[in-house]
Parts: sequence; C-alpha cells; structure tokens
Amino acid sequence: MTVENIPELTPVSLQDEIETPVLSLTQLAWRRFRRHRMAVAGAVALVLLVLYCTAGSLFFTEDYANFNDLSIKLQAPSQEHPFGTDTIGRDILARTIYGGQISLLIGLTAMLVEIIVGVLIGAFTGYFGGWLDAVLMRMTEAVLIVPQIFLLLVMAKFFGGSIPDIHLFGRDFSGSVIVIILIIGLTAWPYTARIVRSQFLSIKENEFILAARANGASTWSIIFGHILPNSIAPIVVAATLGIANAITLEAYISFLGLGVRPPTATWGNMLEGAYNYIDQGIYWLWLFPGLLILLIVLAINFVGDGLRDALDPRSRAA
Amino acid sequence: MTRYIVRRLLQAVPLLFFISLLLFVMMQNMGDPLATMGGRTMTRSQDRARLTRQLGLDKPVIVQYFFWLIGNDWTKIDLDGDGIAESPGIRKGVLRGDFGYSLVNRKPAMEVILERLPNTLLLMVSAEVVVILGSLLLGIYAALRQYSLADNVVTTLSFIGYSMPIFFVALGLMYIFAVNFKAWGLPYLPTVGMFDPRVGKSVWQVAWHMILPIFTIAITSFAANSRYVRSTMLEAMGQDYIRTARSKGIPRRSIVFIHALKNASLPIITVVGLDLPFLLGGAVVTERIFAWPGMGRLFLDHVSRADTPVVMGILMLIAVAVIFFQIITDVLYAWLDPRIRYH
Repeated sequence: MTVENIPELTPVSLQDEIETPVLSLTQLAWRRFRRHRMAVAGAVALVLLVLYCTAGSLFFTEDYANFNDLSIKLQAPSQEHPFGTDTIGRDILARTIYGGQISLLIGLTAMLVEIIVGVLIGAFTGYFGGWLDAVLMRMTEAVLIVPQIFLLLVMAKFFGGSIPDIHLFGRDFSGSVIVIILIIGLTAWPYTARIVRSQFLSIKENEFILAARANGASTWSIIFGHILPNSIAPIVVAATLGIANAITLEAYISFLGLGVRPPTATWGNMLEGAYNYIDQGIYWLWLFPGLLILLIVLAINFVGDGLRDALDPRSRAA
Repeated sequence: MTRYIVRRLLQAVPLLFFISLLLFVMMQNMGDPLATMGGRTMTRSQDRARLTRQLGLDKPVIVQYFFWLIGNDWTKIDLDGDGIAESPGIRKGVLRGDFGYSLVNRKPAMEVILERLPNTLLLMVSAEVVVILGSLLLGIYAALRQYSLADNVVTTLSFIGYSMPIFFVALGLMYIFAVNFKAWGLPYLPTVGMFDPRVGKSVWQVAWHMILPIFTIAITSFAANSRYVRSTMLEAMGQDYIRTARSKGIPRRSIVFIHALKNASLPIITVVGLDLPFLLGGAVVTERIFAWPGMGRLFLDHVSRADTPVVMGILMLIAVAVIFFQIITDVLYAWLDPRIRYH
C-alpha cells in the first residue's frame, strides 16, 4: 500500500514546489497582511481619512476654517454647515479638515522623534552594555515611572510660548505645534528603546555578527548595517502604534488646554471646552472631531496589529 | 525573598532622586509663581524681591533643589537683600517630610494634596474593581466560546474601546445618560462634582455621582484587560490538568472557575498592578470633565499657576506609588506562583 502511494504523492509535491513562486520577504509579508481582514479595512480607512484631510482643503480655504462669525455660533448641523458651527461661529467641517492635517502632522513627526531617539538609545545600550546601558536604562525607567500625561503637562508648560510661529507647506503653524511634537516624542521613546535594546541584545550574539566583525566591519556598520535591519519588524510595528498614540496624546493635552493654541485647529483642541455646552444638548462640538480621532486611532491600531502578524509571524499574539 | 525586596527598594532610591531632579528642573520655566500670589492687588517691587529671596527663587536651580530636598534650616538666608545672610531658614525639606507651602493658598503642600487624595482613591479603587470584574466576565465568556459570534463581538468591541480617547467616552456617556435621559424624562445621572450641594454629602449622593466617571475609566480599560483574560484563559483551558479534571467528570462550572481561573488569574495580577499609571493618567482627564475634586484636577490647577511645591508633591507621590506597586506586583506574583523564584 505504501509503495503505491509514493508515486502518487511525489508529482503533487514536486508540482507544488514548482508552482510556488519565489517570494521576497516583502511579498510574503504583504500576503500575510492581506489575510488579516481588519488590518486591510484599517488601511483603507486610513487612506480615506488622509484623503479627507488633504483633498478637503481643495473645497475650503484655511481662512474660511478660521473665520468666525458670532451671529451664527453654536448652530446645529445644517445644509450650509454640515457639521454645525462652534462656540464662536466657525464651520466645524472645515476645521476638522485643517485640524486633521495638524493632527496627522503631529502624529507622524512625533513618531519620527520617538523612533529616532528610541532606536539610537536602544541600539547603543543594547550593543555596548556596561555603564552606558546602566545610566540610560535608569533614565528610561525614570521616564516610564511618571505617567506620560503628567510629564506632558509639565513639559507643555515648560516649553510653552517659547517658540515663535513658523511657516511651512504654505501654512502658518502656531509654535505650540512644534512644542507638542517634541514633548510627545521625548516622552514616548522609552517604549521603543526597550524593544530595540532587547532586539540588539539577542541579535548581537549571532554568528553573522561575529563574521562581520572578523571581516573588519566597523562598529558603526555592525550596528546600523547588520543588527538594525534585522530588528526592523518590531520597530515598524512600534512606529505605527506610535502614530496612534501621538494623535491621542495631542488630543489629551489640547483638550486640557495646554496643547496647540487656536486659531490653529487640531482634532484635540476643537474638543476643548465642549463639555461646558453638553447640558444644552450640543453634541456636534465634540462628536465629529471625537469620531475622527476614534476612527484614525482604530484604523492605525488595526494596521499595526496586521503588521505585527505580517512582519513577524512568530510573535502572533494568542 | 526579603533580600529581593530590599534590593528592589534600594534600586528605587537613586531612581527617585533622578526623577525628582529631572522634574524639579522642568518646574523652573513654568511661569512666574509670584504673579498669582498677590491676588488682585499688584505686588510692590520691593515685596516681590523680598518674596523671591524668601522662597529662594533667586538661587541657582541646583541650590533650590537641595533646599527642596534637605531644607534650609541648617543655613542662613539673605532676606533684606544686603548680601549678608542673616535669617535662619525654616524649611525642613522633602527628606524630612516637609514638602513646602503651596504658593497658591499658603497651606502646607502635603495638606493640600492629602485633602484631595481620598477622592481620587475612591474613584480609582471603585473603577479598578469594576474593571477587574467586568474584564474577568467578558474575558472568560469570550474564551469559552472561542471564535463564536459572541467572541468576535467582544474582540471587536475591545479594539474599539482600546482606541477610544477617555474624553470621548466621557462626553458620549454624559450626552446619553445625563442630557438625553433628562430630555426623555428618565432618571438621569449627574455629571458634575461629588454631590449635589442642595442635598448634601451622603454615601448615596457620592455613589450616584461616581457612576459616570467610573464607567468612563472602566470602558477604556475593559478592552485591553478582557483581551488579556481571554488569552490566559484559553491557555489554561488547553492544559493537561483541565483534560484530567474533565475526564474525571468534574462539572464544567467548577473546572472553569476553580481549576482554570485560579491558574489563569496569575498573569492578570501583573496587568492590574501595572495598570496604576494609566489609571492615574486617565484620572486627570476624567476628573477635569466631571469636576471631580481629586488629585488630577488639583494637579491641573496648580500646574497652570506654577505652584512647584504642590506639583512636585503630587508627582513624587505618584512616582513612589508606581514603584511601590511594581514591587508589590512582582512579590505577589512570586508568592502566588511557586514556580517563580527571585534571586
């Protein structure tokens, strides 16, 4: 029986081998990502939200978004103002579009600051160890001990008002945008640093690192050319989730009145003071910007979850 | 075990010094603390200079930090500004339990903080109880029906809950249960404060006012925790001893709640212990929205008025609490799980 079975099986498995195309790591990752339905939905939602913020500015000018007319304040959603108007009569729809640009900008750049600082500190502590590791890891712990929101509020106060307005992409940004980006990036890096450090600790023990060193590769090229590319998967995931985290944190500080200063809108500072009007049944002040924050954070979290599965199949969470 | 605890405590000491120095330096640029002291009347410039010297604000940051830390009663300070130190200092310093006086209302900083602390604790502890019970229920339910419709719904909802900013939950709950319930003529929940001043402070009143803030905090924490319970329960249910228990004919109820849950709840302790910073962080926003007179709101009010003694006091209290809970969590975990040994 067994003898009969073998010739039947062999061509099938052979055929299988021939038909399976050679896939690069990226293609494999893309295949796994596609299978994660919620992640794909998240990616689509993310694209739509980015489109909303960018293409939306073709229909409204920023001056219109910042234009206030007290005679039409606190109007319910209508044909003319689909999302209603805010406490000083600005159009909420236009403000969510321009606010979204700032929120996205803050999310992306704060993530960059976080990743750069986190990767550098994680890489150096993980690679060199010794006193550098001891000192920097104590610093990491110190930043992690105090809840981030408290640190952010103190730092927002510390840097607040010391940076002048800037002009970028044809728009004027309140200097507070830079402050928020910096302080979010500078309080969020410990998480990344820990991930990168643990990656470096395990990867540097591999034989290929020894081989590289034997070939005379410099320390610099071992760190950034050999170890870092091998630990890119968790960094990409951390970066993705870092964007969502930064957007939420910006919303928190702006909501508490220590974030981005008006008239520059962000999804966070549009919500500031909305709770003072809730008793009057005014829901449009907080519903639309709040929903947009929820949607983008949800979309990014799903994409991050999908990326985690796609880039590192071993780490599939139970 | 004792050695482990002692070592952890000793490690915490330099960490706390480092945190306090870092935070103290950041306090320096928070604005002019003297600006709010005079109230409505403008402070005269000579009073201002005197106050600056009295509070030690003319000294370099590092000296101010040491005065904050160990006090200045061992040295003399120059009050009249003639360059000769003549008045003995009166501050005892944090290490001897003196957190200084609040620059806003001149009361001892610790007294100001301890006045508010019970309110925050009340809110936090009740929220944590709701979170633990709720996430256990949800997590176990989802784990026992893995991949069913109910499981998928719980999973999706927890993802949404996890992504929701606290203020959005708060405003949504307020809108539904306070504003709309009132409009529909149903019994509605209060949104502001701890009790109705017309009725007075009673247990019933405080509990009634706590419902919305508690659920605001709970909804955002349910998500991550119930996912965690689900995965540890699934792991426990797949163990050999569960199969043994099942083959012996033990009723399903006692297998789930005694055999599996007992073992699955071990990792959950870690999550609960490490939740504290997030709960405290969430408290800032929650207390602000619901006008809850707790420590988070105190922090916000005093940060905006550059009141270093109170702000530093709150931050150090939180730092100590977080470190303390980390140690407790680790010790408790080792005590409950004999397979773990710390050296």
